[in-house]
Formats: sequence, C-alpha cells, structure tokens
Amino acid sequence: MLNLLWLVPTLPLLGFLALAVAGGWFSRKTIALIGVGSVGLSLAVAGLVGSAFIGLSGTADRSYDQVLWTWLQVSGFGPAIGFHLDPLSLVMMLVITLVGFLIHLYSVEYMIEDEGYRRFFAYMNLFVVAMLTLVLADNLLLLYLGWEGVGLCSYLLIGFWYRDPANGAAAQKAFIVTRLGDVALAIGLFLLFTHLGTFNIQDLMTRATEQWPVGSSLAAIAAFLLLGGAVGKSAQLPLQTWLPDAMAGPTPVSALIHAATMVTAGMYLIARTHVLYSLAPIAQTAVAMIGAGTLLLAACSALVQRDIKRVLAYSTISQIGYMFLALGVGAWGAALFHFTTHAFFKALLFLAAGAVIQSLHEEHDIYRMGGLRQALPVTFWTFLIGAASLAGFPLVTAGFYSKDWILWEAWASPLGSPWLWGVGVIGAFLTALYSFRLVFNVFFGEAKAEVGSRPGLMVEGPLIVLAAGSLIAGFLEVPRVLGDVSLFSKFVSPVLPSFEATASITTESALQIITMLAALLGIAVAYVLFLRRPALVTAMTETAWGSTLSRFWIEGWGFDRLYDTWFVRPFLWVAQANKDDLIDRVYEGLAWLIRQFFAVLHRTQTGQVRWYAAVLAAGSVVIVALVVLS
Amino acid sequence: MPEMNAESLSIPLTQGMLLAGVLFAFGLIGLLVRRNLIFMLMSVEIMLNAAGLAFIVAGAHWGQADGQVMFLFILTLAAAEVSVGLALVLQLYRHFQTLDADAMSRLWG
Repeated sequence: MLNLLWLVPTLPLLGFLALAVAGGWFSRKTIALIGVGSVGLSLAVAGLVGSAFIGLSGTADRSYDQVLWTWLQVSGFGPAIGFHLDPLSLVMMLVITLVGFLIHLYSVEYMIEDEGYRRFFAYMNLFVVAMLTLVLADNLLLLYLGWEGVGLCSYLLIGFWYRDPANGAAAQKAFIVTRLGDVALAIGLFLLFTHLGTFNIQDLMTRATEQWPVGSSLAAIAAFLLLGGAVGKSAQLPLQTWLPDAMAGPTPVSALIHAATMVTAGMYLIARTHVLYSLAPIAQTAVAMIGAGTLLLAACSALVQRDIKRVLAYSTISQIGYMFLALGVGAWGAALFHFTTHAFFKALLFLAAGAVIQSLHEEHDIYRMGGLRQALPVTFWTFLIGAASLAGFPLVTAGFYSKDWILWEAWASPLGSPWLWGVGVIGAFLTALYSFRLVFNVFFGEAKAEVGSRPGLMVEGPLIVLAAGSLIAGFLEVPRVLGDVSLFSKFVSPVLPSFEATASITTESALQIITMLAALLGIAVAYVLFLRRPALVTAMTETAWGSTLSRFWIEGWGFDRLYDTWFVRPFLWVAQANKDDLIDRVYEGLAWLIRQFFAVLHRTQTGQVRWYAAVLAAGSVVIVALVVLS
Repeated sequence: MPEMNAESLSIPLTQGMLLAGVLFAFGLIGLLVRRNLIFMLMSVEIMLNAAGLAFIVAGAHWGQADGQVMFLFILTLAAAEVSVGLALVLQLYRHFQTLDADAMSRLWG
C-alpha cells in the first residue's frame, strides 16, 4: 500500500495538466470534476498510505523511502526524484490533501460566476502538487522545487484578478519579498552541499551531527540561511509585509495558500532540519525571538484592521509566530500540532469569511457588517467555532490544546523562559480579543447591510467538516492534568524528539489556568468593548494617543513605510537615474567612435577603381619604404 | 649558330632590375590614367610581366631555377586573370554600354 505514495502528488499533477492543456473544451461541470476529483483521489490515496504507515508500527525507524528516478548523475552529485515518508511528512501530507480537498470543494460553488474558472482550478491543482512535493521530498533540491512552485502558484493566484493593477502589485510584492528569503535558502543549500556533499535530508542530518560540533559556526550560518528562507515564506519578522496584501486573491486562495499550507512551509523546513538547529543554539534562539516578536506585533495589528480578510491575515502571521516560538524552544511536536489545528480553524475562518463577503456583495469592512447571526446560521456557528478555536477557548477547542502545549513548552523546555511564555500569554489574550472582535462585529448587533445570496451546500459542507476538525483535532494531545492523551506526540516522536519536562505538575496546572484565563478574559473584554460599549472603543481611538497608535497598527507597525523609504524608493531612484545604464555608456561610446571613423573613412570609398589602385600602390610604397628604411 | 658564352650574355642585375622597374611604372601609370577597361587590363599585364622579368633577372643572377619557376606561375596566373577579366569586361559592356571605368562607380560609401 505504501508504494502508492507517488500517486499522491501525481494525481493533482494530472488534473493540472488536463485543465491546462485541454480545459478549454470542458464545461464548468467537467472542470470542477477534474479539479476537485484529482485532489479528492489524492486525499483517498494519502489516507490509504497513511493507514498503511500507521500499521508499520513494529519497525524501528518508521519511515518509508520511495525513489522514482535519479534526475542526473555527475561525479557524486545525484539528486533523486524521491519521496520520504515519516510521521512529520505524513501529518503534513494528510492535512494538505484534506484541507486542500475541502477548499477545492468549496471553490466549486464559490467561484462559479468567475470567468477564470478553469485557470483557477488549474493553478490550485498545481499548488497542491508543489506543496506535496515540498513536504514529501527526500532531498533539499526537490524540496526547493516545491518551495519555488508554491511561490509561483501564490503569485499567480494573488494576481488572479489581474485586470486590477492593485492585485498585480500585491502579487509582485509577495513574490519579491519571499524571493529575498529564497535567495538565502538557496545559498544555504549550496553551503550544505559543499560541506556535507549530499542533498538527501536524512544523510545531511547524520553527516551534520558527525562533522559539526554543537555551536560550530558553519552549522549556525547554514541554520540562519535556512531560517532566512523560512522567514520569507512564513511571513515572519522582518519579511512579513507581503501577507496582508496577499489577501487580494480570491478567498479560497487565502484559505489554502496564505493560511493553511504554504505559509507554514517555513515551519516545516525548520522542523525537517531540526538537527541543524540543535547544533546551532544561537540560530534556534533567533527562531524563538522572531516567533515571539512576530506573534505580538501581528496580534496588535489584527486588533485594529477593518478588512475582515486582513484581520485574518495578521492573525495567520501571529499564529505562525506561535509555531516559530515552539520551534525555537525545541518543541518540534508542538509546532507541528499547532500547524495541524491551525490549518483547520484558519481555513474555516477564511472560508466562512468568504461566505460572508459573498453574501454581502463583496463587502470586506467589518464595520459595515453586523447581525448576520440569523441570516447566515451555518456560517455563524462555524465561524464561531473557528474563532473560539483561534482564541483558544478552554477545553473544547483544538486551538486551546495546541496553544497550551506550545506555552507549556515555552516555559518548561530547557531553551524556554518565563519571558517567552509571558509573550505567548499576552498573545493569547490579544488573539481572543481580536477573534471575538470579528465575531461580535460581523454576526451580532444590528444588521447594516442587506444579505444577497445565501451560501449553498457546497460552501456549507466544507465549513461543517472543518468546524468538526477545529473541535476534535485537539483531543489527539491532551496535557497530563486534563486527561493525558499523547497520541500525537508519541506518533511524531521518532522524527521530532521531545524532552522530559522539568517543571512539576502543579506548575503545569497553574500555567494552564493562566492560559485559560487569558483567553476567557480576551473574550470578555471583546464582549464589553465591541458589543456592550462600542462607545468606549471610539473614545479610546479618539484620544491623540489612541488614534496615533491605531493608525500605526493599521499600517502594520509602519514596516511598509519603512521599507518604502529605505529600500523601494532609493532603488527606484537609482533605477530612474540609471535608466540609460551606466555600463551601456561604454559600449555606446565605442559605437560613437566607430561612427566617427566611418564618417572620415567612407569618403575614401568613391567607387572609382583607378583611385583604389592608386591608393593601393601608394600604400605598398609606404610599407616597402618602412621595411627598407627601418 | 656560334657558341655563346654564358658570361658574355649576362646582363648586369642593376640594368635588368631597372628595366623591370620602368616597365612596372609604365604599367602602373597606364592603369591609373587610362579609363578604358581593356587598356587597364593590358596595363595590369605589363605590371605582371615586369614582376616576372624581375624574377628572371634575379634568378639568372643567382644562378637559381626558382626565378623561372616563379615566372611560369605568373604566366599561368596572368592567363587565368585575363580570361576572368575579359569575361567580366564583356558583361560590364553589355550592362553599361561603355568601357569607361569611371562610369562604373556606383559602389561607394
């Protein structure tokens, strides 16, 4: 059963090829069937492979390699097209295919009016192929192919409605900003290959531990370069500015690419190469710092946005910050677990937001929504579940368990500290605040806009499935105090080692109570501020301090302006000044010189053959004279 | 035929070379001043023969056969040149209805 693994990325690839090559002749029904069917079949195969893999439990190292062919073979450099299945890539693969399938299904109805229906499904299928290649690749080169592939699809889908120049600009911004990180990643790849002589990830990790001692500078440089790639792709500080603008794409794209899967590729890369980070404690500390910083900054920005999708975008940045925080303290399993639950509830929130936006005729502003509880009951309940999960509503939601695990490890891990934990708890409070700000503004209060179309079955079905996932996925890993389930951490422990907790069980429960209180407090404050006493918010934002701060946060801490002044504008200025290309001047000068020579010499070309003969004779005389006289 | 001594027939090198030089100069002057293509071709022939004469004289002076070998080459070359040259002249005459070289000066920069 395991040898069907190659089919998982191949099926969506076939779907993409069919749509891209022959899609013009298909009806919308056929297009939807191919687009969704290929991912659905891929999900089914992934499920079979997954169950077969879990059945493998007896074997020692619990991994499965499938090498399809060797790309080329040049003196020791033989990158394979091969897949590596272990608990880490299995979890990623299952989440990508499941969430991907649900989002494809949702798009069938959501995108039905769009003229680019075929293009949409072709790009989406291609994205799933690239993402699966990224997580299944057994070597860094193939991983890089998937990495750039998802970047390309992200670019194509952000600029999907390309007629509006703003969307094209957003797509370019996303592409260019992530490219900065990708360059670092590519250099990191070369560095690893030149020093360790292979691209195979498993071999790389073994050789790294053999050749590099803990704290060696080469390991640190390599880890930092890979981190650069991860930071760009996962929209972390300081390369986070592209993600809010990426919301220009269609909502299913935001759900699939810019929330559930692609933006977590950075988390995957670090988890995949975690051995390297264990060798470079300084890089790992940097990961934790970046995560902690990003989660706070993005949470503050999410608090004040008016556009429902931008709130969710900042919230995604913030949640990936939690994953980086977990990676930074060595809680690899917790990061992967938060990825899983986050994929469910954030995809759900985006899809529900999409349903709201569509039924209100493309209204994005949450202050022009309201009272949608009765009009859109299914959307309301599913959105509520998603928001509760995001906020970490205690005990019943998946988000609570994953966030709690991260916070616990941020405190108890040898690399953790109360500071990191404190940032996480403040983040948890802010998360609850902004997620319920959305719920109260959109679904409660008085209705401010007329509801047009109501979402159909194809839209609501995926919402319900994702809502179920956002609730029950958390029970795979329940802390000691609350029931002690460790299915998830046991499953991933062969690849992602955990550590023995040093703190006592009393501390653990105390910390859990604080986390719960932070989430509940956030919800309560949101209830007061955004439903009971909205005047308070207005009063706060009208003070000089409040208005400055909220404007600052709406702009995402002024990063865009900073980059604009420091990088974009100087670059444009240089480009403008040098639009004739300084180096070109040299060659133009050469051409000018030759033209001058021509102007002089062309007079000698008279067409008079006797004149030529005379010059020839004179020239011969001169040369002979030179030879004789010298 | 009385027997002749090679020594008595020998022409001093200087005189031979002078003759060749004068012939060459005549040829060159003819090439430059005549406008008729046929005459220009003939002038080229004179120049070729002047060069040939120089080889013969030099060969005789040094007692080497190379000079005569070279003259044979020049002769062959001249024959080939004339055959091609005359064919071209014929074509040019058909085209321009004249043999004036200066009239055929369209190829200029």
